[in-house]
Amino acid sequence: MDLATVIFYVFVLITLGSAAVVVVSRNIVRAAFALLFTLFGVAAMYAFLMADFLAVTQLLVYVGGILVLLIFGVMLTNRQISVDIKTGTVQTWLAALIVAALGGTLAGIVWSTQWNILSQPPAETAGAPKIGEMFLGSYLLPFEIASAVLLVALIGAALIARRERTS
Amino acid sequence: MSPDTLLQLAVAILLLPLLNFVVLVFFSKRLPRQGDWLATGVLFVVLLMSIVVLATKLGTYHDETLQRSFPWVDFGNVPGFGPLTLQLGIMVDNIAAIMMVVVAIVSSFVHLFSIDYMRGDVRYGRYFAYLGVFTFSMLGIVITNNFFMMYVSWELVGLSSYLLIGHWFEKKSASDAANKAFIVNRIGDVGMFIGIMILYATFHTLSFDPIFAAIGAGQIPMGSEAWLTAAGILVFCGAVGKSAQFPLHVWLPDAMEGPTPVSALIHAATMVAAGVYLVTRTFAMMTADALVVIAHVGAITAFIAATIAVTQNDIKKVLAYSTVSQLGYMVMGLGAGAYTAGFFHLSTHAMFKAGLFLGSGSVIHAMHHALHHANDHHTDAQDIRNMGGLRAKMPVTFWTFLIYTLAISGVPLTSGFLSKDELLAGTLAFGELTGHMLIPILAFGVAGMTAFYMFRLVILTFLGEHKDPHRFDAVHESPWTMTVPLTGFAILSFFAVFTGTFNPFSAEGWFTDAVQRPASVVPAAVAAAGNEVFGEALHHAHGTAMILSLIIAGTGILLAFVTYYWRKINADAIAEKVKPLYTFLLNKWYFDELYDATAVKGTLALTRAYAWFDATVIDGIVNGTARWTLGVTTGTRNTWEEGNFGAIAYSIAAGMASVYAGWLLASGLAPAEPSLGAIIQYGLLGIGAAGLSFFLFYVGVGGFDNKIVDGLVNLVASLAGFFGIVSRRLQTGRIQTYLALALLGVMVFFLWFRG
Amino acid sequence: MDDILTWLEHPGLTHFLLLSVLLFSMGLYAILTRKNAIMVLMGIELMLNASGINFIAFGRYSTGTFDGQVITVFVIILAAAEAAIALAIVLNIYQTFNTVNVDEINKLKD
Repeated sequence: MDLATVIFYVFVLITLGSAAVVVVSRNIVRAAFALLFTLFGVAAMYAFLMADFLAVTQLLVYVGGILVLLIFGVMLTNRQISVDIKTGTVQTWLAALIVAALGGTLAGIVWSTQWNILSQPPAETAGAPKIGEMFLGSYLLPFEIASAVLLVALIGAALIARRERTS
Repeated sequence: MSPDTLLQLAVAILLLPLLNFVVLVFFSKRLPRQGDWLATGVLFVVLLMSIVVLATKLGTYHDETLQRSFPWVDFGNVPGFGPLTLQLGIMVDNIAAIMMVVVAIVSSFVHLFSIDYMRGDVRYGRYFAYLGVFTFSMLGIVITNNFFMMYVSWELVGLSSYLLIGHWFEKKSASDAANKAFIVNRIGDVGMFIGIMILYATFHTLSFDPIFAAIGAGQIPMGSEAWLTAAGILVFCGAVGKSAQFPLHVWLPDAMEGPTPVSALIHAATMVAAGVYLVTRTFAMMTADALVVIAHVGAITAFIAATIAVTQNDIKKVLAYSTVSQLGYMVMGLGAGAYTAGFFHLSTHAMFKAGLFLGSGSVIHAMHHALHHANDHHTDAQDIRNMGGLRAKMPVTFWTFLIYTLAISGVPLTSGFLSKDELLAGTLAFGELTGHMLIPILAFGVAGMTAFYMFRLVILTFLGEHKDPHRFDAVHESPWTMTVPLTGFAILSFFAVFTGTFNPFSAEGWFTDAVQRPASVVPAAVAAAGNEVFGEALHHAHGTAMILSLIIAGTGILLAFVTYYWRKINADAIAEKVKPLYTFLLNKWYFDELYDATAVKGTLALTRAYAWFDATVIDGIVNGTARWTLGVTTGTRNTWEEGNFGAIAYSIAAGMASVYAGWLLASGLAPAEPSLGAIIQYGLLGIGAAGLSFFLFYVGVGGFDNKIVDGLVNLVASLAGFFGIVSRRLQTGRIQTYLALALLGVMVFFLWFRG
Repeated sequence: MDDILTWLEHPGLTHFLLLSVLLFSMGLYAILTRKNAIMVLMGIELMLNASGINFIAFGRYSTGTFDGQVITVFVIILAAAEAAIALAIVLNIYQTFNTVNVDEINKLKD
């Protein structure tokens, strides 16, 4: 087993372990911080998949943006911050059963399907220029729509979250 | 202009009215004048563009069909069905281009007319928005090249018709009429849907050309011509609903509850013509049998509606029945094989019938105004018996109305004369070729009745003396927004518009050149008379038809004048003399009553039967089971010693077990394919074994432990209770529970498709 | 046994797919069991990440094109938009109902 493979498994463990913490932790702040590691781990996976641009984007957007947003949400929606911010769970066993069944089915499909795998992995090229070309080429319309969606989300979020003025 | 530019223009024409809808439905309250100027302006742009498209199509690409398709969804190779792809696309051929102009003309004129007609309405902006969505969906029907978009637009048209009929939904009659229109249309649409599905199951495509090509290549549904006929008739069912053909014609007269411009646009000129358009589109795949059915449906519709129209007194009702009758005419013509004439009559009729409705709208508008002025809220503004003499006060409305009436009656120099004459010649040729002489006889009869009731309408409304001079003074001609469309439609009712030549007795012209009957693709054995044979017969029938139709129309007009103008014949006296017939016609052949007594009452009775079944049988079983379980459990607990319920339960259990044991034994011993003797033999053995076992159970009852029976019964009870608790807990009202259940459904799908 | 060992030694498409299945299942579990709306959101983020891994893994091993990466960028964009809107809604709900427990929020209007 060479070093790269070992590192790969280390990151897999980090990702899955922290994801497990996210899922089972009763402390919501702890869960949020565990999510940080999960997102890091996913970024590492992107790096292993030669998606360098995506790995960086993942860090910037998820870790830098979304996670901060989530933590803000945690802080803003709990009355006493000093007290342990805990969150209840419901129907744990039933949920575990269903999720295990679904996960098992999916894993079975992954395992038993003959995937179409390239005999020759593509040459390692920098992803950013390629992605840029595609954005302004064949994906131009989705790209423009996505920018519009972001703008609408920005305005909409500000509008929704604003306290209603007592008029 | 390249074909691509032309098609892009067509797409722009399609989408602009939708833009109207979107803008107006959201922002009409904020726009000045609620955006009527925008809607009307856009529609005139659409009109201009569609004229450009028509001119280019006829000028440059006269004999080509321009179309583009793209795969919209591709499901790949679906197990058990084969490749499954839905293509969307648009097609501009000659009839689409002509129809596009017809729709654009009527729609833009109606927009203009509505500005003053609807002024001050509560939902003024929304009215224009609905007109926009209607125009969009109507154009969608026109320029599509596949059944899928056709069906979608078809339903959208139905929806906008519903919305517009129910525009004044505060009025009970209006909302009822809207519901009726929607539901009756749905009946026809179900037939159309099944027809489309038959075609789809056979040809695996919904586009017109591949379907026709496949039929032409000899591929037909289920390998039988009868199925092809059935598919044709089922698709025609959609037309029966939309074009208000017998027996689904009952919705159209009620639809007159909507605003009058809407009646002109939707329920006279365009939407109801969509059914006729559908028949022209699918004409190539209609077998001779299907065409005979279509011709008869059309002829019966034309006749029924014409007889009703003679007796009606509401100005819009007369026009409504006249529309139904004329639509029946077109359908009859298409069924007879007079393809060009049917479509020709559709186009000419759209112009003068829209004009007639707008004219009636102008009259109603003026009457309303006058009645309002006189503070009279009881007199019906739409009843022709309250009118009369309006000619002096409303000259533009009168003269234009007269031109339309001449056109619909088939008087020379009008477009209606040409198209009607062609249609009548077609039916005559059909009658001679096939022997179905009922069709031409009804057709000529209806022509006479049309002339009669239309002139009755004109005379009672515009000529003679007005009953109430005080009210008469307050009647005024309508403003220019209303008279301009009226004049426009009047000009479009002249023959030269549709021929481009100056011979008022010949329909030959650009229109007949552009609209040629397509070659039938159905197998020769079941095809109708081909183009050459039919054309020959048509040629022979032409002179006869023209003379006959002139005589009949003249007689009808003369009769109307004699009866209602010079009053030489007393119409009331005749009505009194044939009172049963008159009442029968006045009440519209009692169709509504008939449907109420059969379909509506039947549905209600069926629902009541279902309710009874649910309350008595299903609930009985459920409650009975519960009571039985309760009885057995409590009985076992309390009265086992007395042996009442417990003994019964035990007997039943023992009996079932014995029968099962006997069956096991017999079926285990019997040979794989037993003869009759063996069946009887082993059957008797099984019955014997069951009896023995039952006896043993009874003998063994003494040694049977109370606790086992007791325990079994209690187990059943607690199981029932357990399942009750489980199923109750499924309905928690918690979103996550439902999500979990949805996931279970996803799992089932996974396992299903993996297999 | 040897098969599994060789499989373990050579990370490939199935490794990433299985990882993505696990992440997806965990996210789903969080959504199913958590009461707190923000925790539900975290679960959704996990699932979105799982889908991203799937896209890129197929892009690398199966198609050899960059389409998977482009789609993942869109996924991230939508995740960001979704997080912003969802948190705004959560804040609004919190102001209205004084709770973010998804089970207790059962009125459309107060």
